[in-house]
Amino acid sequence: MKKIYAIASAVALATAFSTTAQAGATLDSVKKKGFVQCGVSTGLAGFSSADDKGNWAGLDVDICRAVAAAVFGSADKVKYSPLTAKERFTALQSGEVDMLSRNTTWTLTRDTSLGLNFAGVNYYDGQGFLVAKDLGVKSALELDGASFCIQAGTTTELNLADYFRANKMSYTPITFDKSDETVKAFEAGRCDALTSDQSQLYALRIQLKDPGSAMVLPEVISKEPLGPVVAQGDDEWFNIVRWSLHAMLNAEELGVNSGNVAKMMESKDPNIRRLLGLEGIKGKGLGLQDGWAASIIKDVGNYSEAFERNVGMSSPLKIARGQNALWNKGGLQYAPPIR
Amino acid sequence: MKEHVPHPDLPPPITNVGVIGWLRTKLFSTWLNAGFTLLAAYLIYLTIPPLIDWAFIKADWFGDSREACTSGGACWVFVNVRFDQFMYGLYPAEEYWRINLAFGLLVLLAIPLFIERFHHKGILAAVILFIYPIVAYYLFAGGSFGLEAIDTSRWGGLTLTLVLSGVGIVASLPIGIVLALGRRSKMPIVKSVCVVFIEFWRGVPLITVLFMVSVMLPLFLPEGSHFDKLLRAMIGIVLFQSAYMAEVVRGGLAAIPKGQYEAAEALGLNYWKSIGLIILPQALKLVIPGIVNTFIALFKDTTLVLIIGLFDLLGMVQTAITDSNWLGFSIEGYIFAALIFWIFCFGMSRYSQSLERKLHTGHAR
Amino acid sequence: MADEQQQESTPAQAALWRRPAFRAVVFQALLVLALCMVGYYLFTNTLHNLEERGISTGFGFLSLEAGFGILQSLIEYSETHTYGRTFFVGLLNTILVSGLGIILATLIGFVMGVARLSRNWLIARIATVYIETFRNIPLLLQIMFWYFAVLQPLPRPKQSLSVGESFFLNNRGFYLPSPVLEEGFWLVMVAIAVAIVTVVVLARWAHRRQEATGQQFHTVYVSLGILIGLPLLAFLAMGMPLSWDYPALKGFNFKGGMVIIPELAALLMALSIYTGAFIAEAVRSGILAVSHGQTEAAYSLGLRPGVTLRLVIIPQALRVIIPQLTSQYLNLTKNSSLATAIGYPDLVAVFAGTTLNQTGQAVEVIAMTMAVYLTISLAISLFMNWYNKRKQLVER
Repeated sequence: MKKIYAIASAVALATAFSTTAQAGATLDSVKKKGFVQCGVSTGLAGFSSADDKGNWAGLDVDICRAVAAAVFGSADKVKYSPLTAKERFTALQSGEVDMLSRNTTWTLTRDTSLGLNFAGVNYYDGQGFLVAKDLGVKSALELDGASFCIQAGTTTELNLADYFRANKMSYTPITFDKSDETVKAFEAGRCDALTSDQSQLYALRIQLKDPGSAMVLPEVISKEPLGPVVAQGDDEWFNIVRWSLHAMLNAEELGVNSGNVAKMMESKDPNIRRLLGLEGIKGKGLGLQDGWAASIIKDVGNYSEAFERNVGMSSPLKIARGQNALWNKGGLQYAPPIR
Repeated sequence: MKEHVPHPDLPPPITNVGVIGWLRTKLFSTWLNAGFTLLAAYLIYLTIPPLIDWAFIKADWFGDSREACTSGGACWVFVNVRFDQFMYGLYPAEEYWRINLAFGLLVLLAIPLFIERFHHKGILAAVILFIYPIVAYYLFAGGSFGLEAIDTSRWGGLTLTLVLSGVGIVASLPIGIVLALGRRSKMPIVKSVCVVFIEFWRGVPLITVLFMVSVMLPLFLPEGSHFDKLLRAMIGIVLFQSAYMAEVVRGGLAAIPKGQYEAAEALGLNYWKSIGLIILPQALKLVIPGIVNTFIALFKDTTLVLIIGLFDLLGMVQTAITDSNWLGFSIEGYIFAALIFWIFCFGMSRYSQSLERKLHTGHAR
Repeated sequence: MADEQQQESTPAQAALWRRPAFRAVVFQALLVLALCMVGYYLFTNTLHNLEERGISTGFGFLSLEAGFGILQSLIEYSETHTYGRTFFVGLLNTILVSGLGIILATLIGFVMGVARLSRNWLIARIATVYIETFRNIPLLLQIMFWYFAVLQPLPRPKQSLSVGESFFLNNRGFYLPSPVLEEGFWLVMVAIAVAIVTVVVLARWAHRRQEATGQQFHTVYVSLGILIGLPLLAFLAMGMPLSWDYPALKGFNFKGGMVIIPELAALLMALSIYTGAFIAEAVRSGILAVSHGQTEAAYSLGLRPGVTLRLVIIPQALRVIIPQLTSQYLNLTKNSSLATAIGYPDLVAVFAGTTLNQTGQAVEVIAMTMAVYLTISLAISLFMNWYNKRKQLVER
């Protein structure tokens, strides 16, 4: 009998609970929890990786931190869920994570039938190949019949199939759940080439015992716009994530960085004043406090700072800005104005 | 007169005692046996000396980087350097004492249970089952009594393995008992519900269960409900484990002679009283070895949580061997983890066997 | 009052709500109600959440093009096939590894179980060490050990270990020649079928004759002769219509022949060694459960030890062994899902992994996956129950 009562009361409780939950409540629930639950990769140098103390860092992690800074005024109010490529969408769909910042490619299917919303692009990438130098291969077109180590559940898997079908070549895919395992298998020679987004290839290459023994082939076989993702059905939250990214880009464009943000508060430039929440729409439309963008810049920095710190020339990855430069410097990064 | 000449003594029978006798009966009794012995000895010769050479003689034990590994054998330096992480995960080093205290307390509490002359085992067991987990929770998680709060995502290593399996077994026991009673119930609907529940969880792999609770559970619940990831893994493990527990308990219930049920009924006890006072105490005593065996299985199965991104002992090892500073020492890492698991499991299985012998009283049929 | 009641000829009716039968009905009704509520609650929540987040539902995705490659497939598969096809590819790979695993584990288990009871001290010790070691180490760890620590360090394709230029071993797999059936091989197939039928008929006849007259017939030798001889004759008659496809290093990898990929090998090794240890224990306990008097009686009838084991001990031990064997087979099948840790494309890795991720339909995919395992579990236990019953009937 007790069981019945227990079940009945649990049901009653839960129904009561469910009626209070409303659509579009991600911001409320995040505020109530006191932190942003952010889905990141299980470890990819430069984008999201934890040191041996469990502290996360990386370009993708900085987006999570930026959102936390915008919501709470402190970039540290984030909890990270390391997710494999396979788990990530289910985790986001189910609400297990509030947002996903895990070098995820923006595609039509994902935007529609998976029920996701891409908040923007924080890294423009393309798929490439990493091969051992002693293989003697100079181009991906020489890879007919080779075997490839890939991560399961990525667009990489699909692009690889397309590329080989288009060029009428054969290949063997060997799929792993985690990028660590992929590198290990590549290092052991289980496959001839490792294929992934170019940025990842550089990140994975420094994990090799002898990074000089492998090289990245020149071909880029796909477009991979990577960005933060949220679940559909909550436009308010979607806007917060989108504009957190855009604030970082706008800050770079306007020359505001974590070092000079305090001084910029006195700036007379209306664009900077709007960015820092001193005039204009401020935080109203987003449901945030006025200084949301200022606290992002203070705690995380602008896009250029995040880029250089994590993947750029001052990091072990040494990736040039290339197409990730701002639009006015020959790149693709273009953020709508804050006004 | 002819002098009596005794027959010469017969040669003594080939000895059956002593070293030679032992060799004869145990190793070389027939040609076939001798062949097997030689083959086995050769195999041992092929494997064991190089293994010992690698693991002990040529091994490096101390140091703080891979440069310390110069002798060509096993590099235990790796395990040495990472030892704290293997044990405590990412728990902050200055708070290790809390974990040590919690486990020390458990050992202290548990010792009297193994002393024959200690009489208050029931009370003590209740303390361990109901009060200790609360104390341990506050020690681990902190956040009150002046202890720093430690997020569950930093729990890891052997600690996490022990926490998961401990919670799994303690929480699944009551559910398992209810399910087992339900399965033996005379009420058809109750019975079929229990059967379906048990067979469902026993029929699916734990890994799909863990996947479901770790990333899909919020989908079944109202929007905005949020559980800790560790808690969800525990829910999955408990549901899964309770089905196995139910089968073990059912075995115990079945072993109680029908006379006991009838006697209880004849005394006028109602169902719950007869179960609680007569049947369960006997049945549970019978199934203690079975419970220990499911505990061993659970202990090994907790390694699966690494697939959903929790870092138990094996998860920690797996992360450590992909560290680019320590590439190439996977064998050492795996052997260390295997050794730890083996010590626990082997110890428990020995304990369960000795219990089985001790409990082999008149009840078992 | 008590006295008065005892005087009555019919016992007093207890109040309605105190009667066990009534209580049972109410209790069960409540249970059903509660379960329905919980079920409805979960169902509506899920539906609401799915709709809220714009996630597609239904099984329409199964007919869409998959677009990704799979490492190993027993049926024809390429990236242009559908998601539904990936389900079958994964399923077959699961069945393959479980089937092979069950066979190997049973072999290892029986050998080791008997060896543990051997009178040879050394053999018994080795078997004990094997059982106690592998039983007490988590399976996932063993799988990873075999894959990452043992198989991956094997030489690369160009430095393959080879036997006679037809068998090659490297870290991409074990390559061996595969038979190519040429025209006319059908007769050999027919011959094999005929041989099998003949042997079955022969065995029945021999059995009946032995029951009737006591005369024994060397069924084993004659059957072997028929099984090998008949197909061989057909084979020679058709002018040996069989050739071998030898693997050879072409480009990056070996082409031709058959290959056992290291993922399969590691999983198979770990599964069969691990489960074998449990089966060995089951076999040992089964044999020990047969009383020693049976052995002595068999010896006194003049049966040789091998015959005693085969005809007296094992059939009786099987009754104890089979239930335990069933649960080990079930465990092995479920444990094969750990394949995902090393990239063997089984059902969980392919369908509940990549397909789930590409389509995002977690509920449908996981439900299908669980249904498969439940069906396999149910099928194995039904078969084993049937077998068990058949064995049990012999008992008097």
